[in-house]
Amino acid sequence: MTARIGVVTFPGSLDDRDTQRAIRLAGAEPVALWHKDKDLKQVDAVVLPGGFSYGDYLRAGAISRFSPVMESVIEQAKAGLPVLGICNGFQVLTEAHLLPGGMLGNDHLHFICRDQKLQVENADTAWTSDYEAGQEIHIPLKNMDGRYVADRYTLDKLEAEGRVAFRYLDFNPNGSLNDIAGITNEAGNVVGLMPHPEHAVEPLIGTGRTDGLPFFTSILKKLVNA
Amino acid sequence: MSRTPLDTVEHAAATPDVELPWAELGLKKDEYERVVEILGRRPTGAELAMYSVMWSEHCSYKSSKVHLRQFGEKAPRSDALLVGIGENAGVVDVGQGYAVTFKVESHNHPSYVEPYQGAATGVGGIVRDIIAMGARPVAVVDPLRFGSADHPDTKRVLPGVVAGIGGYGNCLGLPNIGGEVVFDSCYQGNPLVNAGAIGVMRHEDIHLAKASGAGNKVILYGARTGGDGIGGASILASETFDDAKPSKRPAVQVGDPFQEKLLIECTLEAFREKLVVGIQDLGAAGLSCATSELASNGSGGMRVTLDDVPLRDSTLSPEEILMSESQERMCAVVEPAKVDRFLEICDKWDVIATVIGEVTDGDRLEIYWHGGKIVDVDPRTVAHEGPVYERPYARPSWQDELQADDANKLPRPGSGDELGEQVLKLVGSPNQASKKWITSQYDHFVQGNTVLAQPEDSGMIRIDEESGLGVAIATDGNGRYAKLDPYAGAQLALAEAYRNVATTGAKPLAVSDCLNFGSPEDPAVMWQFAEAVRGLADACQQLGTPVTGGNVSLYNQTGEAAIHPTPVVAVLGVIDDVARRTPVAFQEEGQLLYLLGDTAEEFGGSAWSQVVHDHLGGMPPKVDLERERLLGEILISASRDGMIDSAHDLSDGGLIQAVVESALLGGKGARLVVPDGLDAFTFLFSESAGRAVVAVPRSEEVRFNDMCGARGLPAARIGVVDGDSVELQGEFALTLDELREAHEGTIPALLA
Repeated sequence: MTARIGVVTFPGSLDDRDTQRAIRLAGAEPVALWHKDKDLKQVDAVVLPGGFSYGDYLRAGAISRFSPVMESVIEQAKAGLPVLGICNGFQVLTEAHLLPGGMLGNDHLHFICRDQKLQVENADTAWTSDYEAGQEIHIPLKNMDGRYVADRYTLDKLEAEGRVAFRYLDFNPNGSLNDIAGITNEAGNVVGLMPHPEHAVEPLIGTGRTDGLPFFTSILKKLVNA
Repeated sequence: MSRTPLDTVEHAAATPDVELPWAELGLKKDEYERVVEILGRRPTGAELAMYSVMWSEHCSYKSSKVHLRQFGEKAPRSDALLVGIGENAGVVDVGQGYAVTFKVESHNHPSYVEPYQGAATGVGGIVRDIIAMGARPVAVVDPLRFGSADHPDTKRVLPGVVAGIGGYGNCLGLPNIGGEVVFDSCYQGNPLVNAGAIGVMRHEDIHLAKASGAGNKVILYGARTGGDGIGGASILASETFDDAKPSKRPAVQVGDPFQEKLLIECTLEAFREKLVVGIQDLGAAGLSCATSELASNGSGGMRVTLDDVPLRDSTLSPEEILMSESQERMCAVVEPAKVDRFLEICDKWDVIATVIGEVTDGDRLEIYWHGGKIVDVDPRTVAHEGPVYERPYARPSWQDELQADDANKLPRPGSGDELGEQVLKLVGSPNQASKKWITSQYDHFVQGNTVLAQPEDSGMIRIDEESGLGVAIATDGNGRYAKLDPYAGAQLALAEAYRNVATTGAKPLAVSDCLNFGSPEDPAVMWQFAEAVRGLADACQQLGTPVTGGNVSLYNQTGEAAIHPTPVVAVLGVIDDVARRTPVAFQEEGQLLYLLGDTAEEFGGSAWSQVVHDHLGGMPPKVDLERERLLGEILISASRDGMIDSAHDLSDGGLIQAVVESALLGGKGARLVVPDGLDAFTFLFSESAGRAVVAVPRSEEVRFNDMCGARGLPAARIGVVDGDSVELQGEFALTLDELREAHEGTIPALLA
């Protein structure tokens, strides 16, 4: 058997098809989910892809968070459904309060697209178990509003509980506090990050690395072995 | 006087003496008289609005048409061409049932007036051209030219343009894979912001802009129509800037990339369900253009009720609605039975869609407003039968003097140390420096098919995941060469783009161009234009790459001073399997470096003459198109058969520029020796065309040499990939660190 992983398309989602391809390459079955539709089609996990949902108008992720599909995602994530938010998806997850903190505009005020070095800090989540803690990986990053911020209490709590999942290495591309690139919720089923693992799954494409594939093999193994 | 109650056709016929503001709308007196002659009466205000924008230089090509005909007359026979000049964009067969459409357009003047929105809407416009052919857009490229890098206004214009391109293209989910950034003081008051896009479709999905089938409905969908960009084509794009006139900012459109993204998805879904008979995007000249082009390309006429156009501003007059260049709008012709489904799809994507008219069995374009007929014209007279000018042209008096000012006679470096210093100066000069600060503001990963992106020689996109079929695109243009000799300059632009595509392993198939020139009313500029077009048409014929479409941008000048003639040429190529692509970066130490082609003392218009001597004179490099073709074939064969691991075309900056770029990208140095028959200076800095440098694995050396020998392509071994510096034996050595600092530090220091 294989796992069925939903990918939500909001108006303005850009990396939905790329994410479906990454899921397919990992050996799972991608299922397209539509933002106006509450029905999650009984998928085993959900990815909120990158892009500019609703044009990032008002605030990145702020409108998508109220879409019908998110009602179901929020409800089921709280019950343990694995959810991964990539870039804009991460922004939606913070807006939906499934993850703490939020994202501000990059400190240098420019869009930035680069091959970013990361350190895996937590390899125990649903989406990171195929990595090893401390592993250094390269994942493409591209965003305008990628500066992770949270209040001091939240940051301390995230650090103390080991919930910083990924940290920028060598270069902080957007001014994120504590070099945070991605975080997880307490249960480890909800993960959000700014870099784009779905763009690092084929040796020929993009930066030519496949360091992003373990996101999708991690969840597949978890779901198939469950 | 007032024009109450409504300037209908009837009213116009009854009031022949009413004065209309034809001059304010950009029409010349004889052009207005011709409109009157065509209609047999004075035009209504609405008709005048339509004629004025459609007969503008930007839309009608009235000054350039007589020259552009050569692209058709001299077109090489090509099995690859599915749709040629005249449609929204040309379409090329790339095999396996796929067709690719691509085009380059200019958005120069708006980008000077309002850099962010000007550049952003340039991307939006070219992307809609691609969708209008039935294709999914898969990539964009942006050839850009600005004034001097250290001029204060460049710091205003460039960051805005780059942010606008990024802000719009990134939000559409289109990888930006190529283009150029060039600085020259001639573009100071007139930057060139050209935008190119590529789209992919299956052969059977090609759509054309025509309205056929009486009774079929005309649907306007996308953004509401507002008062932005009124007269953009006629006023902004077709006149010279003049400080004395009021600011033209209201004529610049404002973009909404989110709306365009919805428009793309909704249009592609309608195509998939075969709901569309004809389609046209609304760009320059807005509804005037869309209705008159759709109607004149189809078999019947068209009736439109302007009251049904959704408005952002309810106070707009019918003339303004017809002239508005509000962005993110499209017009589709749909059979009555399929209208409901079409509207349903638009609703799914939250796109406003309205039936505004229908195709008739007559041959007139009729437009109604508040029950009165305000337009009744033969659409062909609006769209296709505009004025055609045989502008006078003459070789400028200064051309001989410019060509006699030989760059080969400039003082050359006298020692190895001086050579090294000039290398460092060259690779760190704004034109030769890394543009990473700019390109890192563009998304080049989205869609997950990017095989190569800038700073590679060409951008490459995979179009079939199973077979690995891909397409490559390169854009090039060298205004300095074209100033010295416009005929040769245009050919060199084509040769370079052709070479860049071949260097990455793809076979060049077809050409699009964006011809940026000064005022056609200046005979010297018109001569440059005529020569460039003749040169490009001749070269395309010889290389077998037809021009599929493009764009002419005239009036690029401030006051009396025209820009350098700047033909920008885009070449599209195809590669059977992207796994065979050749990158620029050195891959492995120990690989042998070969210089392909002939090197002569050619410094006219060179980067060296600009950087070291601030000089422009002499003759540009010699053009040898048969050599370009042979070099291309060798590069493609070598890539297919695995004989080379990296390759870089030689162009501005010469050999040393290419070697430094390959070294920095690969993080591996090179040891070079001057081949027999050349001096070190010429070896490093000459810009002779038809050359490339390749890295050959030792195991492939014999095979590679045999191939070059058998085909008659000169190939000289010039060194080896090695170490952490770039060294010319016996002359100088520069470490990768100091080269990197010079090459990558310049642009951020000037602009960040």
